Amino acid sequence: MLMQSKPREEKLVSLANAGIRRQGRWLVRGVDLMLRRGEIVTLIGPNGAGKSTTAKMAIGVLRADEGSVTRAENLKVGYVPQKLSVDWTMPLTVERLMHLTGRLAPVALDEALQSVGIAHLLKAEVQHLSGGEFQRALLARAIARNPDLLVLDEPVQGVDFAGETALYELIGRIRDTKGCGILMISHDLHMVMAGTDTVICLNGHICCRGTPAVVSQSEDYRRLFGAAARGLAFYDHRHDHTHLPDGRVQHGDGSITDHCHPGDGHHGHDHGHSHDHAHDDHHNHAHDHADAAGEHHRHV
Amino acid sequence: MFDDFFLRALLAGIGLALTTGPLGCLVVWRRMAYFGDTMAHSALLGVALSLFFEINLLVSVFAVAVGVSLLLLLLQRRQALSADSLLGILSHSTLAIGLVMVAFMSWVRIDLIAFLFGDILAVTPQDIWLIWLGGAFVLVCLVFLWRPLIASTVSHELAEAEGLKPERARFFFMLLMALVIAIAMKIVGIMLITALLIIPAATARRFSASPEAMAVLASVIGALAVVGGLFGSLYGDSPSGPSIVVAALILFLASFLPNAGRHLASIRTATGDRP
Repeated sequence: MLMQSKPREEKLVSLANAGIRRQGRWLVRGVDLMLRRGEIVTLIGPNGAGKSTTAKMAIGVLRADEGSVTRAENLKVGYVPQKLSVDWTMPLTVERLMHLTGRLAPVALDEALQSVGIAHLLKAEVQHLSGGEFQRALLARAIARNPDLLVLDEPVQGVDFAGETALYELIGRIRDTKGCGILMISHDLHMVMAGTDTVICLNGHICCRGTPAVVSQSEDYRRLFGAAARGLAFYDHRHDHTHLPDGRVQHGDGSITDHCHPGDGHHGHDHGHSHDHAHDDHHNHAHDHADAAGEHHRHV
Repeated sequence: MFDDFFLRALLAGIGLALTTGPLGCLVVWRRMAYFGDTMAHSALLGVALSLFFEINLLVSVFAVAVGVSLLLLLLQRRQALSADSLLGILSHSTLAIGLVMVAFMSWVRIDLIAFLFGDILAVTPQDIWLIWLGGAFVLVCLVFLWRPLIASTVSHELAEAEGLKPERARFFFMLLMALVIAIAMKIVGIMLITALLIIPAATARRFSASPEAMAVLASVIGALAVVGGLFGSLYGDSPSGPSIVVAALILFLASFLPNAGRHLASIRTATGDRP
């Protein structure tokens, strides 16, 4: 499924030695970054590393105090900010949210909501959505714009683990089908999409960069995250189970279960599937995440 | 049955309410109630300056309101004090300076109460033209600014990232606020303008499914409050501006009480397990 279409070479955005200073302190400095159409670049780093700042600088929400930022002309951006709260005084349905920054064709709207699995919430007020549902709505909104550049600041925060996997799949598919560039900030140091072309490790400056495999082996990465550096996990698509339309899961051995459970012998992650998202892709994901469940972690 | 002055008051009040509906919704959504109040209070400084320099009242009030909001933006950038403290300082100091200036100008006799609480029964035909044309202008501008304003209310960064230029929209919105305050001063008075912005919008919230519906409904509710308040003041011989605000408040409270309760109950029965 991945990389079906060749990345086109069009340069969407590039940062050269870019930095932002606030109150005498450099939030981030010396960032060199280039994103082409069809590429996925993932920023990782500890809190306050300047991940969001770098993303905002790339799309022009913040102006670089140093260095330069170049964007393609008439670059159409789809943005999922890290934090967003809608005041309860504003009546806003998911449908209206979709049209927030521009009119959408009804087909694009339906398609986007379907793809993130919340088509049934079209008329729901956004204030009543759960964190994960709201995040899906924001992602759908950004996708439906059919942007050149998709900027996702922790797009799967609050999404349950099964959903997280499905959304990462979706993001990879969007890059493949729509040919946009994607700049993503990962909320989990260890979770990076397999589809990522470049991982950039930030901590006020760029510590290291490369393919997920290269970064996870890098000395800088280990130093930056210390004991937490267990290596990056990514999806390897072994396709051993199928998500049925009704939300149940058919495993490689032919058995059907309502949910997936870690350690049930079928695969290595908790799906916790519910009816609110339906996708019929085949995927299996080796992963390694630091959740409170205290599962065993795979060490590199 | 009605005298001319009463019809004029109705026309003026309804025209104003239609304008303040959508504008008030934005004030509520953007949590700018205190900002609106500050701009309104600064209008008295505008009145004093207009008398002192003998310039047009409307121009003077508009200019001061814009000046105060620009000053506020400037001070906020420096981040020396929190926004609400800055608003408090600007709001009351402009009002106080205005009052002091008016008191010093012993050569002019003005009806301070009329400026503070409105004198809708004294509106002239010219005032009505001003309200309706000015109001129409404000509403047309709002239609053009609507998408960036709504988007930046949800998220300023998102609007900025997706090219809606929210900063520009905010600036024009501020100018529109100043204009409406200048126009509204005569109707409900400096102290009560914000009420006409906020109360109808807050009342409309419960019955609206979209921002657009809420904007329209706020206009309708505001117009109802004007009609109710003016009739109340006619029969009860109460001051007209405050009566309009009281009428708006009654509508607001009514929106919470039995009707809304019955409405909810009927939904519950419809979806409940009773046969």
